[in-house]
Amino acid sequence: MTKQIHLAAHFPGVNNTTVWSDPAAGSHIEFSSFVKLAQTAERAKFDFFFLAEGLRLREQNGQIYDLDVVGRPDTFTVLAALAAVTDRLGLTGTINSTFNEPYEVARQFASLDHLSAGRAGWNVVTSWDAFTGENFRRGGFLPQEQRYERAKTFLSTALELFDSWRGDEIAADVESGVYLRDPAAGSFAHRDAHFDISGRFSVPRSPQGGPVILQAGDSDEGREFAAAKADAIFARHGTLEAGQAFYADVKGRLAKYGRRHEDLLVLPAATFVLGDTDADAQERADVVRHQQVSGQTAIKLLEQLWNADLSGYDPDGPLPEFDPVVGEHTVARGRASVRSHRDPLATAREWRALAEAKNLSIRELIIQTSGRQNFIGAPATVAEKINELVQADASDGFILVPHVTPGGLDEFADTVVPLLQERGVFRTEYTGTTLREHLGLDGARPGGAA
Amino acid sequence: MGITSTGPHLAVALDGAGWHPAAWRADGARPQDLLSAGYWVDLVREAEAGALDFVTIEDTLGPGGDRDNPSATGTDQVVGHLDSVLVAARVAPLTRRIGIVPTAVVTHTEPFHLSKAIATLDYVSGGRAGVRVRIAWTEDDSRLFGRRDLGAVRLEDAKQPHLRSPLADLFDETADYVEVLRRLWDSWEDDAEIRDAATGRFIDRDKLHYIDFTGKWFSVKGPSITPRPPQGQPPVVSLAHASIPYRLGARQSDVLIVTPFDKTEAINVLDEVRAEQAVAGRADETLHVFGDIVVFLDETTQAARDRKARLDDLAGREFASDTGVFVGTPAELADQVLDLHAAGLSGFRLRPATIPHDLRAITRGLVPELRSRGAFRSDYEATTLRGLLGLSRPANRYAA
Ligand SMILES: Cc1cc2nc3c(=O)[nH]c(=O)nc-3n(C[C@H](O)[C@H](O)[C@H](O)COP(=O)(O)O)c2cc1C
Repeated sequence: MTKQIHLAAHFPGVNNTTVWSDPAAGSHIEFSSFVKLAQTAERAKFDFFFLAEGLRLREQNGQIYDLDVVGRPDTFTVLAALAAVTDRLGLTGTINSTFNEPYEVARQFASLDHLSAGRAGWNVVTSWDAFTGENFRRGGFLPQEQRYERAKTFLSTALELFDSWRGDEIAADVESGVYLRDPAAGSFAHRDAHFDISGRFSVPRSPQGGPVILQAGDSDEGREFAAAKADAIFARHGTLEAGQAFYADVKGRLAKYGRRHEDLLVLPAATFVLGDTDADAQERADVVRHQQVSGQTAIKLLEQLWNADLSGYDPDGPLPEFDPVVGEHTVARGRASVRSHRDPLATAREWRALAEAKNLSIRELIIQTSGRQNFIGAPATVAEKINELVQADASDGFILVPHVTPGGLDEFADTVVPLLQERGVFRTEYTGTTLREHLGLDGARPGGAA
Repeated sequence: MGITSTGPHLAVALDGAGWHPAAWRADGARPQDLLSAGYWVDLVREAEAGALDFVTIEDTLGPGGDRDNPSATGTDQVVGHLDSVLVAARVAPLTRRIGIVPTAVVTHTEPFHLSKAIATLDYVSGGRAGVRVRIAWTEDDSRLFGRRDLGAVRLEDAKQPHLRSPLADLFDETADYVEVLRRLWDSWEDDAEIRDAATGRFIDRDKLHYIDFTGKWFSVKGPSITPRPPQGQPPVVSLAHASIPYRLGARQSDVLIVTPFDKTEAINVLDEVRAEQAVAGRADETLHVFGDIVVFLDETTQAARDRKARLDDLAGREFASDTGVFVGTPAELADQVLDLHAAGLSGFRLRPATIPHDLRAITRGLVPELRSRGAFRSDYEATTLRGLLGLSRPANRYAA
């Protein structure tokens, strides 16, 4: 059976994927930029709009990092505002389970679900670092290994709160004077190692019964968490082989939780560069990579692997002669990618070999080894590639990350989407009103009144 | 002419179906819509049609219900409501000029989160955000978060400014909390974003500032993740019934809402607030003191009394409030607010007893009445809430 593709629009991130130096680049904080991207996504019938999260400005060498876009809005606030200027588009925000409390996050998501008439989504992440904790009264208290334990119980507590209202309690019968049929509506009590809370939840059941749950995390624990609890997983693996392996792995974990194959969607992040021809797109992609990785940025990215100050090195020259400093990371703080260098010495060896074989400078090496665009080509090529990956079970769709704010999705919406629609693998109109419906999930979470 | 400098400022307090416990049963009420976006958009647009300064949106951590007895499990009152910051954000893009002031509980929540939420509300509203801060002092509230035992908080202690009490602590903590909000709003200078192609820098990091707040209850490093909001400092609003909350307002608020029952009390409260303001070293700053009034408005005084009596019947008890209650005509209300304004209150927050009736009576009755006396703006004279309140855009505390 031909699968339907799911697509989401990721607001460009505060990292070097986003090209702020492009003449077309607009504000990252003015509301008009969010409106523009969301409305483009809705015009193209995307499943949802997506916001990442980072709660402390990143630092490198003990200073606030100044080469990339900096500054983000509050997730709930901007999503609620976007609900006013969109009609069908899902509104998904990344909210961590460490620097928040379940009661508050649950009331915010339930409120967003009401205010958007059933379009809320929650990407549950497990940030833990003490560096970010310095911005919070609760501090950076969570040992790394406990983060999924807290995430799991945080999420199940939030679900209990959503379910504390079934949805049929409000009578609002003016004649009889009965507002509430059930005087105990919203009552809950939850106690475990992390939370001991009880009372009544403030928000009556929302249209979807709670937000759609996404999870972004790659470790074994993260995958298990997604298989147990999530409706969709935000993944890193956007290529055929890695995608298929990841897809099979997480879908394979569903059965033990009594869940079906189709209960969890796999949606990798993906970047793209289009052109009139494939060759044209390749050329543009190369220009974009050079915009993304300036000489200074190349040095900064190399420092993240080397864990040392390399400011004296020439980006157009060779790699440092010494090896990366192994041990506690002291150079870069507040960015998830630091942890992706799990074996810096091995990576450095690979990079040296590659640099020698191709005679690459530091900058050219970084351009080659870090995040090349997933999809490069003429619209037909890109449409074909996306469809191929989805039909081959490397994913169920993609969360697209444009590299220019706010117009970076326009070309994709105008050229690639119609081709996917022609092939019959992407909707031409929204058939439902809620995010769950867009994703092909049951109309509402279980737990509501029949 | 759109400008009046002589009349009072006017705000309305939006809460569910209105402030009377039987408001949801009144004519024209929309009790089925209280959780829908459209309801709130309609209400704020109505307030905007009257050129009011701002709306406040009530909020509590728990589901609400009986105002006098929040833990009561009755079935005859509105229970359940949405997060007011999200409601404000949902309404903001669909309105143009009116200030929007959600209520935020500061006792169990994170100042870092609230600071960026209000900054973002300021962005999505184009400079019309404010925030009303409030404490959550009951054990019921504490149990929802399960993180703190606040000790024996007694509301009566609010009258004892010289007593160290758990209640006094909650208000001192609130002052710290607002200090953190304000520092975070200033933690980016206005021109921190430089997009300097020559040096490859997006920001000038010298214009970003750690706030390094360390207090008795928490510490926060900063800077904010959100750039300085359009207004620089969105107005902070607080409600006060007694000395300790007056002190909070005098230290940290731009608008302090007080609850006198008559003119004599209003004058006494003003004296106390102005004295606290001087103690706080803010004597030369603008601190608006608004009077809070519940209003039942009709074309005749008798009609208003009758309507209130019918509502009281439905509720099964006489309406009681923590602030003054006005029952009468818009013209009589205009007399009263102008008299109190002359006594020193710079504005009023009106709590409509029922919605839409009393809200419309404010925008379509009271407002024209005040205008005919030259005491209210005929149209918005500013594009930001600070502008409407006569507050200039403040310099950044961290700017060199
Ligand atoms: C595609 C993807 C996107 C992520 N986005 C965020 C984010 O926006 N904010 C955040 O704090 N963490 C984010 N994370 C980090 C994860 O929540 C998690 O903390 C991290 O991946 C470590 O967990 P793991 O060991 O299971 O991978 C993301 C992870 C992935 C794979």
